[in-house]
Amino acid sequence: MNKNITWKLVVIVGILLIFMFGIFGNPMGWSGKGLVASMRDQIHLGLDLRGGTHLILQVQVNDAVNVDSDNAIARLKEDMRSRKISYAEITKPDPVNHPEAIVVKGVPPEQTSDFKNIVTDRLPDYEASSGTENSWTVSMKPQSMSDLKNRAVTQAIETIRNRIDALGVNEPVIQEHGLGAYQILVQLPGVDDPARVKEIMQSTAMLEIKQSLGGPYSSEEQALQDKGGVLPPDAVLMPGKTSATRDNEGGESWYLISRASAVTGRDLRTAEGSRDENGQPAVRFILTGDGGRKFYSFTSAHVGDYLAVVLDNKVQEVAVIKEPIRDTGIINGRFTEQQVQDLAMTLRSGALPAGIKYLEERTVGPSLGADSIKSGVRAAAVGMIAVLAFMLIYYRWAGVNADIALVLNLIILLGFMGYFGAVLTLPGIAGVILTVGMGVDSNVLIFERIREELRNGKTPSSAVEQGFAHAWITIVDTHVTTIVSAAILFIFGTGPVKGFATTLVFGLAANLFTAVFVSRVIFDWVLSRKQRGEALSI
Amino acid sequence: MEFFRNTNIDFLGKKWYFLAFSLVFSVAGLLSMGFWHGIPLGVDFRGGTLVYVKYAHTPDPSAIHNEIDRAGLKNARVQRYGVTSNNEVLISLDIQETSEQSLDKGKTEIIQALEGNVASANAGKQDLNNASSLALTNYLLEKDPLHLGSDANPRYTAIAKAIVDERDKVKSGVLGSIDELNGVVDGAVVASIKDGFFASDFGIRNVEIVGPQVGQQLRKQAILATLYSLAGMLIYLALRFEWIYGVAAVLTVFHDTLITVGIFSLLNREISLTVIAAILTLIGYSNNDTIVVFDRIRENIKLLRRENLADIVNKSINQTLSRTILTAGLTFLTVLALFLFGGEVLRGFSLALVIGILIGTYSSIAIAAPILVAYQEWRSERGKKPISMPVRTGGGPNQPKGPTMRKEKVKV
Repeated sequence: MNKNITWKLVVIVGILLIFMFGIFGNPMGWSGKGLVASMRDQIHLGLDLRGGTHLILQVQVNDAVNVDSDNAIARLKEDMRSRKISYAEITKPDPVNHPEAIVVKGVPPEQTSDFKNIVTDRLPDYEASSGTENSWTVSMKPQSMSDLKNRAVTQAIETIRNRIDALGVNEPVIQEHGLGAYQILVQLPGVDDPARVKEIMQSTAMLEIKQSLGGPYSSEEQALQDKGGVLPPDAVLMPGKTSATRDNEGGESWYLISRASAVTGRDLRTAEGSRDENGQPAVRFILTGDGGRKFYSFTSAHVGDYLAVVLDNKVQEVAVIKEPIRDTGIINGRFTEQQVQDLAMTLRSGALPAGIKYLEERTVGPSLGADSIKSGVRAAAVGMIAVLAFMLIYYRWAGVNADIALVLNLIILLGFMGYFGAVLTLPGIAGVILTVGMGVDSNVLIFERIREELRNGKTPSSAVEQGFAHAWITIVDTHVTTIVSAAILFIFGTGPVKGFATTLVFGLAANLFTAVFVSRVIFDWVLSRKQRGEALSI
Repeated sequence: MEFFRNTNIDFLGKKWYFLAFSLVFSVAGLLSMGFWHGIPLGVDFRGGTLVYVKYAHTPDPSAIHNEIDRAGLKNARVQRYGVTSNNEVLISLDIQETSEQSLDKGKTEIIQALEGNVASANAGKQDLNNASSLALTNYLLEKDPLHLGSDANPRYTAIAKAIVDERDKVKSGVLGSIDELNGVVDGAVVASIKDGFFASDFGIRNVEIVGPQVGQQLRKQAILATLYSLAGMLIYLALRFEWIYGVAAVLTVFHDTLITVGIFSLLNREISLTVIAAILTLIGYSNNDTIVVFDRIRENIKLLRRENLADIVNKSINQTLSRTILTAGLTFLTVLALFLFGGEVLRGFSLALVIGILIGTYSSIAIAAPILVAYQEWRSERGKKPISMPVRTGGGPNQPKGPTMRKEKVKV
């Protein structure tokens, strides 16, 4: 045998082994079951095949901007007071659509430069522009705002990942969903009842401990009456937690809560499920060193006052401060055991920087996934056998050549998927089948050309050479067009569709190697064993 | 074995028949899109709630509809889904009942409505057919029917998994009765499960909820992806051949896409994300046959300088006819396997491929090449030179020795 051919055969066998390793890894066993198990270990199945939940979340980034501009207002008021700049009012005219815009009215013209200095010195992320009648619009710089929004998404992803990890979901996908603005894609394999997970992901878990200045009131009006019609400027009315399990269906309760927080969720070191003094489920938390000092100085100054535990702007509990507290506390509020565990977990994982909203939810039950695998594999087997058989009948020995190339094509495709950790979805299986159908096209193009050259009276070896040379460019052109559209699909698609694009691209790329190089080597090998003038079986 | 040998069909002479054929299908499709079924969009694009339910017996859609109606969901549609023997129904809600404020409200209400009757007869029990393995494990741990000691947790987790696997993988999602678990798990476990569970007559197979924002987003992306794909083809083919080849190929593919979508509209089949994936694939694949013919036209233009383009094109189509039919036929074979055996989930996708490959093959013979000839005739009528020589050289048999693969590779 020709040395050149031997060398090429070695390369082919080497590549075969490398990709076999990609498919099976170190096989757990040589039986059919062992091989399937090791294959499942290497090639990851998509949600549509293994069952699970796919969610798209919208991060309401304007929440984060609102928090920032609220803080900016507070700072502005404080600084203007301390520098004795008078103003009529400071408001946010449109917090829903323009949370970044603050309007300051009634700044005296002679204090304009002082005012502008405050904004440049104290609010570096904002800029002031003058409006009519001594009013100013202070709004967040576009760059700062987009940074803030992106940071909110990154933080939300981080927080959600912490929570999902704590729930023990295997191989979750949590990433920014590039196709929408400020969206997150979450895939939870094996989770077929997403209700609880969704609730845990969605809870903002913003914990604040604040002073309670009055309440409970049965309505907002009553609270207003109690305070003589005007609420103190540094306090807000907040609803209390209404629980369905409560005996007296009293309905609403309202508290007057100070705006400033003694400590917040950021000061937590840890939180865990526990019991309160009545043996009811409750969450016990421990503050960090810093937080503990803050809390101690606050509680020392307010012995005898009331303290409110506020979670997501709802008052969970109000208690009197009997003595200075250093670093531990308890949250109770008629929780069930499960709720206590979930709340402790969300508090540990940190607060979401902004609210989230669900935009899309798809749940594939495990029974559908199992059925999909069955039908996908069956269709692949039927399609593959049909193609292999046709090639054998139509091209005889050259058909064997094509079939070998095709099988190698599939091995490389699956090996690729194993190495790259690509996900096999149901449309992905369809992509494998299509690869067989489209891959064999290359062989047909080459073989038909060889037949044509033979009819024109060429010798077998010259016909093979001409056949490959002519078909090569056509094959590249056809592959490029298909790969271009599959690549666009890969960029635009998510989940199952992306899986389809993946297999198609990998499959066709591998096909360039198998249908052209491998098939050619086999032809050369066959020709090298033939006598001169002996016919080629094609 | 050989199917086509030395065919000599005058394809260009039949171009008016082809044109008529294409026009009939395009216009019928367009009329259906405009005045009949519209473009039937799947849940991915229009938004809404779909719940796929599998029953233990033959379901009665009107009875199910009544149950849901009683629960207060007035606009639900209930229809049989998939192969009849699978006992599946698809319950769908419009986008109006799928608000982003509480995305899964409709789904929850549907499931509650379906559970309504059975659940009230089995108050306090859980539905085994819709229980998660976690719920089963927790229940078993609490009841401890096998009186296990320290390793109770892993044992009961394994038992729960065996039960769920039996339900999902062997019984396709629905157990007819709890007795079917006998032989799968220990008798004591079955007895204990009977105390706390009942077997409803259905299981939820699949839920799809798409809010309005995502639907809109996906619609935009599907259109963009299709346009990018067409533009990509145009640019690549214009670079590799001449621009008129690119235009002809892209017009042909557009024709294929139009007819495929038109047939979906005529059949009132929904266009889902995977159907768009199939159409994008077709945009790439339909070009293959066109490229094979174009490559041959280019080669023959050099070989047969004296003949007019129409004869060259006819000859080229005939010379490549057998590979056009074979390549398309083999791909069609695999797509047909997908259509017949790939299951209901892929039905729309594989239908698009089946239609698209048939149309694509027809059009690469009947549309793409005639466009080239028509263009050339139009040029010569205006007194210009006939279509110029292709840009690329090489690869022609008139050269002394055929180029090797390696040399060609450098050019590509």
